[in-house]
Amino acid sequence: MFSDLGMNDIWILATASLVAASAALVGVFLILRKQALIGDAISHSVLLGIVLAFLLTDSRSLPVMLTGAVLIGLLTAWLSDTLHRVGKLQSDASIGIVFTLFFAVGVILVSLYAGQIDLDQECVLYGEIAFVPFDTIYIGGLEDGTDIGPRAFWGISIVFLIVLISISLGFKRLETIAFHPNLAVSLGINVVFWHYFLMTLVSITTVASFDAVGAILVVALLVIPASSAYLLAKSLKTMLWIAVAYSQAAVLIGYSLAFILDSSISASIAVSAGLLLFITIISLQIKRFYQRTQSIEAAHKAVNE
Amino acid sequence: MANNVNSHPPLTVEHLSMRYHHKPVLTDVSFQIPEGKSIAIVGPNGAGKSTLLKGIMGLEKTIEGQVKFFGESLDKKRLSTAYVPQREEIDWDFPINVMDVVLMGRHGHLKLWQRPSEIDRQIAEQALKDLKMWNFRDRQISQLSGGQQQRVFLARALAQQANLYLMDEPFAGVDVATEKAIIELFNKLKDQGKTIVCVHHDLNTVGEYFDWIVFINARLVAAGPAEEVLTKENLNKTYGGRLSLLNDLTEEMYRTQLNKAHDTE
Repeated sequence: MFSDLGMNDIWILATASLVAASAALVGVFLILRKQALIGDAISHSVLLGIVLAFLLTDSRSLPVMLTGAVLIGLLTAWLSDTLHRVGKLQSDASIGIVFTLFFAVGVILVSLYAGQIDLDQECVLYGEIAFVPFDTIYIGGLEDGTDIGPRAFWGISIVFLIVLISISLGFKRLETIAFHPNLAVSLGINVVFWHYFLMTLVSITTVASFDAVGAILVVALLVIPASSAYLLAKSLKTMLWIAVAYSQAAVLIGYSLAFILDSSISASIAVSAGLLLFITIISLQIKRFYQRTQSIEAAHKAVNE
Repeated sequence: MANNVNSHPPLTVEHLSMRYHHKPVLTDVSFQIPEGKSIAIVGPNGAGKSTLLKGIMGLEKTIEGQVKFFGESLDKKRLSTAYVPQREEIDWDFPINVMDVVLMGRHGHLKLWQRPSEIDRQIAEQALKDLKMWNFRDRQISQLSGGQQQRVFLARALAQQANLYLMDEPFAGVDVATEKAIIELFNKLKDQGKTIVCVHHDLNTVGEYFDWIVFINARLVAAGPAEEVLTKENLNKTYGGRLSLLNDLTEEMYRTQLNKAHDTE
């Protein structure tokens, strides 16, 4: 089936692949810091950021969208934390309260200004990656300029680069903080700064993934490949590599699945990521069972001899 | 042979008070510790020993008081103060190997864009060898025994090349070999003029392992050289009524009961 891949398929695959890779890299740190829920929260509340940014500036350019998303993303993280500390609410409850509120306000704004906003609720929630190739960027005017490819592709490319550079530069700091925040503090690392830095990465990844996979499925890509990698990796570096490998496998399998079933591409990618995780868990269980029976057999043999 | 000729004591705690959910945990604790000694912080469970250590390190909020490291604030002495957290606080399933944990001890010395140099690696190697953990350098930390895990964390602190070491229960739940290794490490550090402060809960060994004792029970009970402050009176004050009944029992009985009073709290 890949023999008759058209240009559109390649753009879709490339976009999905970058979305999945960025989400997997950021997701590794969310999983290790036990903050998967805040990733979920930010991926929903950035909707409000995008809508507000659009209503205030009347622009859909990437810097505007990213700024709106980052501001609301950081506000979500900060407000959840404050509600937990000052309001004495459970931390997961606080997160749930803040992001649902932000998301709901976002949905109301979208429906109020539906005429002006080039966003519909369906697209925001589920994304429609199949339409990615039709919204392209022209350099040098719409009529006689050159088509350099889909807007979503370039958006996620820039975000992927930012994520990659940030993680390479901050690798050791992020590792120490994820491993033991108190130890990081004792070494003079600014844990609060790095926390919000990570939240910024989550926000920009989410907003750049919106067009492609939507708010709900970006959570799957943040959490599932990183969780699979957590089960297998022996070091942070291998965990990052494995998470990216899993995310790419999910994209390829998901895309084929969608093609065969003629269904939603983003949903198929999320389902594939989930299936890969379950296969990993089951193989690890089988391996453990096999090792146990082997060691018992060896013990029996030793006794018999 | 003291490394740094310094007129200021390594650690000065002045009128430190801490709260947990509006309940006072520590009230007006003040003491000073001398250089080149090993110091135990002792008290019953819930007396605020770990809290005190965290308050000193700025890991938990204090409501009053000051802590000075070599006469200065912690921010200026971060790297010369190494902290060893309690073993239960660590996520041992974290995907990291022994060498990378020890190299964390070198991070504070590095800028964001710098990676550990050959010298950093040599320091980490020496720290692992000192604690007889070099052969385990490539193991993931989940594949170590409790004692080995503790030694890795001590090696991390050692690699930081600090002058003051603050450790939260380093002897808790370790095997005999590790206990011996820790004692050796203490002696070596003291020979270099370095200071060690530990939260400790085993009263049987406190006089043997430590030069100085700080008795804590929500307030400071006593602080001073072990031979001066390790008295029945101070033990009674620290452990309260739980020990007063035992005064007439034999030394051996006394000690076992003491440990029980500890465990049931």
